[in-house]
Amino acid sequence: MLLAAEHFVRAPQWEWYILGYFFFAGLTGGAYALATLLRLVGEPRDEEAARIGFYVSFVAALICPVLLTFDLGASWWKFWHMLINVTPGDESLSFKYWSPMSVGAWALLVFGFFATVSALEAFVLDRRDRGTIGDPGRPLGGVASLAFNVVGAILALFVASYTGVLLSVSNQPIWSDTWTLGGLFLASGLSGSAALIALLTRYRPDAAFSLARLHLADGYFSILELVLLVAFFITIGAAGTALRTLPWLPLWVLALVGIASSLVAARGHMRVRPAGGSAVIARSRTDTLVMSLLVLLGVLALRGAVIFSAQ
Amino acid sequence: MAAAIKPGESYGFFTDTSICIGCKACEVACKEWNQLQGNEPKFLADSFDNTGQLDDQNWRHVKFIDNVPDQTVDAGSGKAWLMMSDVCKHCKHASCMEVCPTGAIIRTEFDTVFIQQDVCNGFRNCVAACPYSVIAMDQKTGTAHKCTLCYDRLQGGLEPACAKACPTQSIQFGPLAELQKAADVRLAALHSQGITQAELYGRDDKVYGGLNAFFLLMDKPETYGLPNADNAGLPSRNNVGGYIGALVTAVLATVAGLVAFRRRGMSGGAS
Repeated sequence: MLLAAEHFVRAPQWEWYILGYFFFAGLTGGAYALATLLRLVGEPRDEEAARIGFYVSFVAALICPVLLTFDLGASWWKFWHMLINVTPGDESLSFKYWSPMSVGAWALLVFGFFATVSALEAFVLDRRDRGTIGDPGRPLGGVASLAFNVVGAILALFVASYTGVLLSVSNQPIWSDTWTLGGLFLASGLSGSAALIALLTRYRPDAAFSLARLHLADGYFSILELVLLVAFFITIGAAGTALRTLPWLPLWVLALVGIASSLVAARGHMRVRPAGGSAVIARSRTDTLVMSLLVLLGVLALRGAVIFSAQ
Repeated sequence: MAAAIKPGESYGFFTDTSICIGCKACEVACKEWNQLQGNEPKFLADSFDNTGQLDDQNWRHVKFIDNVPDQTVDAGSGKAWLMMSDVCKHCKHASCMEVCPTGAIIRTEFDTVFIQQDVCNGFRNCVAACPYSVIAMDQKTGTAHKCTLCYDRLQGGLEPACAKACPTQSIQFGPLAELQKAADVRLAALHSQGITQAELYGRDDKVYGGLNAFFLLMDKPETYGLPNADNAGLPSRNNVGGYIGALVTAVLATVAGLVAFRRRGMSGGAS
């Protein structure tokens, strides 16, 4: 039996800054997680793409707090109240494990440290490798460095996903009618990150070695995203709020185009794999730019569709 | 009732909509005391309502709900025109307080819910969470605003301005226990007069653990734009499901990444 949820709540007017924040949070977390995976299980030549991932993660992590602060409007100068409770007589660190925004603010801060250190390490390694021929150097610090990356990747996965949970933990229509948003934003963020790293291999030719793997991973993430998107519509349909998504149909279509692009790119790379050599190179040259841009546009559109449909 | 307002005791409002005459004295008194400028007047085409909603400038809002049937078949029994002076409910389990990341929303010594303006940083989580559409942003201050239950007046031993101004005592202020007793008596009186549709909203703990500002309604809560007990959920109800969904996705995505990146002999091409 369908039970229509009734909502009498006001929209929080989370608009462009929050959309931007959700987009870059997905990319910073996704790129860090992918870079770590490439380092952990990839071949030595995947290190080039891993470093792109750490750079992307760092830059996106810098943008996130700026967007969050702008969103506060006239109270922008009180951004630090997210971390410190300034209630007179009750001054303390502000951490509420039951509030995704509170946990997320701390996660973003701690993750920012990991993203910064990893980007610095990539920069140092790049300087060290300059002019050398052959495989890039392994991470500084050996196992300790990898362990650092793994901890950072766990935080990264949280940063990429908690924004969806944050929306669900409200009383807004659509957002609070589904459990899927955390997973959906994570899968989408990973997909977008894989596409962005693939796109940036244009400017780092040695990283093109990882291109096929990135497209393949992107395809897997998009399958996850598609499954979660179906679950999303089933859950909000059961709650009786699915019709609210209709005015934003163009954004939903764009999101689907992004998913389809990931799948096409992944399928293309898998299919041409046996041919190897120049055939693979020729195929991927034409694919990557367009596909990656479409995937990134889809990542943005998905978040926009979710955010605006409820408001 | 206001003579002995003591910290440590629970206070609230009992709003009896059956005797509200829609005069809006409460709205005026609230704005006067709290120095709220109000919004620009505009024609809402909604009966006698020119306020529209509760927001940062309207901490009391008299709702006019037209239930008059096309063909009058009976006396209406108090249902034909519903008037209700709406306000922050000061919930026992307050959604706004639950999600506020800064600790700006506190429970006062009078058991009311209060937004500290110097702590609030305008993230608007509380706006997204309040199921009654009570809280709104003041763009000038960049902070969230709502009824304070005249916190400053309570500290001075005065009853809230709206209750003081209400000419019909539709809005009653006092210790919660006393208000609940009064409400029970009033409900029993209405039922004995055959007005069986009358009900108390927020008197018990079925919605948000009970409301410090509770109501006697002449129709179903939904008619007044209030969530019924089935729909009165706290935001945190979605924490577990949301995080589990994200965790399962993270595990599957990690496995997918491992599979994709562990493949051997898959050198790609330049873009």
